[in-house]
Amino acid sequence: MDLSNLFVMFITFTLINNVVLNQFLGICPFMGVSKKSSSALGMGAAVTFVIVAASLVTYGLYYWVLEPADLEYMDLITFILVIASLVQLVEMIIKKTSPGLYKALGVYLPLITTNCVVLNVTLNNITEGYNFAEMLTYSIAIPVGFTLVLYIFSTIRERLELSNVPQAFKGNPIALIVAGMMALAFSGLAGLV
Amino acid sequence: MNRKENFTAGFIRENPVFGLYLGLCSTLAITTTLNNAIGMGVAVILVLVMSNVIISCIRKITPSEIRIPVYIVIIATLVKIIQMLIKAYAPALDSALGVFIPLIVVNCIILGRAEAFASKNSIFDSALDGLGMGIGYTCSIIVMSIIRQVLATGILSFENPFNVEQVLFQVQIIPEDYIISMFSQPIGAFITFAMLAGILAACKNAKAAKAQAKEGN
Repeated sequence: MDLSNLFVMFITFTLINNVVLNQFLGICPFMGVSKKSSSALGMGAAVTFVIVAASLVTYGLYYWVLEPADLEYMDLITFILVIASLVQLVEMIIKKTSPGLYKALGVYLPLITTNCVVLNVTLNNITEGYNFAEMLTYSIAIPVGFTLVLYIFSTIRERLELSNVPQAFKGNPIALIVAGMMALAFSGLAGLV
Repeated sequence: MNRKENFTAGFIRENPVFGLYLGLCSTLAITTTLNNAIGMGVAVILVLVMSNVIISCIRKITPSEIRIPVYIVIIATLVKIIQMLIKAYAPALDSALGVFIPLIVVNCIILGRAEAFASKNSIFDSALDGLGMGIGYTCSIIVMSIIRQVLATGILSFENPFNVEQVLFQVQIIPEDYIISMFSQPIGAFITFAMLAGILAACKNAKAAKAQAKEGN
């Protein structure tokens, strides 16, 4: 596996097939924690850590435990348990090291468990048949793309708070329209690779 | 709250998609055709009703400290069963929905109802609640998929999910020269959703204003 292929893969999954704007995963935290740019970055970092760790653990579990034992159909149940425990770990770490961030992330921190991005990455690692290097690239590219879009979106939403929006579109509807515009802008990057 | 009110809560008043913003990922992603929406809706209704019933059955013996992992394992098992059934009997639907079938596990609606309703109520009420919320979700994605499919392709069609060649109905609504293919792209999903949510919010605001005016008199 040469490096240039991995680089192309990285760009593809951060910018072109962006996880939020192109594949519609992780919309809940995307709408939920994007009101302040600092908590958006914190959320991005937490999700990145959980995804990379979960990918490593589930990849090992699948190929060393589930496949030899012919238990492939247990993948969903095993993976979700691994993710849930990792999220619990991250929650404890953040609570100890940065109480401010812990408060800002609020209910969305335990909800990383039910963040579709994490489960999607761990499942895709298996169904796409990635080797170890590809798996690692994929598991880093996806959360990086997520963090990037979340951060850009949060800076737009900070300005949106001050603007005059029709009553019915206040809050989430106008934010969704902004997300649509971002999706349009990002689709322009499709010619990159 | 009586049974009927509890059952119909999910339709408009507490609609899980447009009111509570739950389960957005699948709503935005799979609403490109009516077929996908109905398939997804049925899968979610099945999982939601069964998980609500099981969780309600074991609500008295589940220790509250570990209830979330317990719920997630139950839901994951049910989703895996549904996924295997879809793969066996409706392979076309399986390839169209792709990863979004296993992702029903992390659909907030299901865990949300387990935590908010099934863990506190009787078995029958929980089943009813699951059915009501599931129908609310399904109706929302059907409405979205009809709008998107008609605007993007001009055709509204529904095929038998168990046999792809058998087209149950097909109508050309918009002439081919006037279709807006943008609506099958991500931006179409976001815009359609935002418009529907905005309209629903406007209706709610108008209702609230009316009620306030009445009180003023």
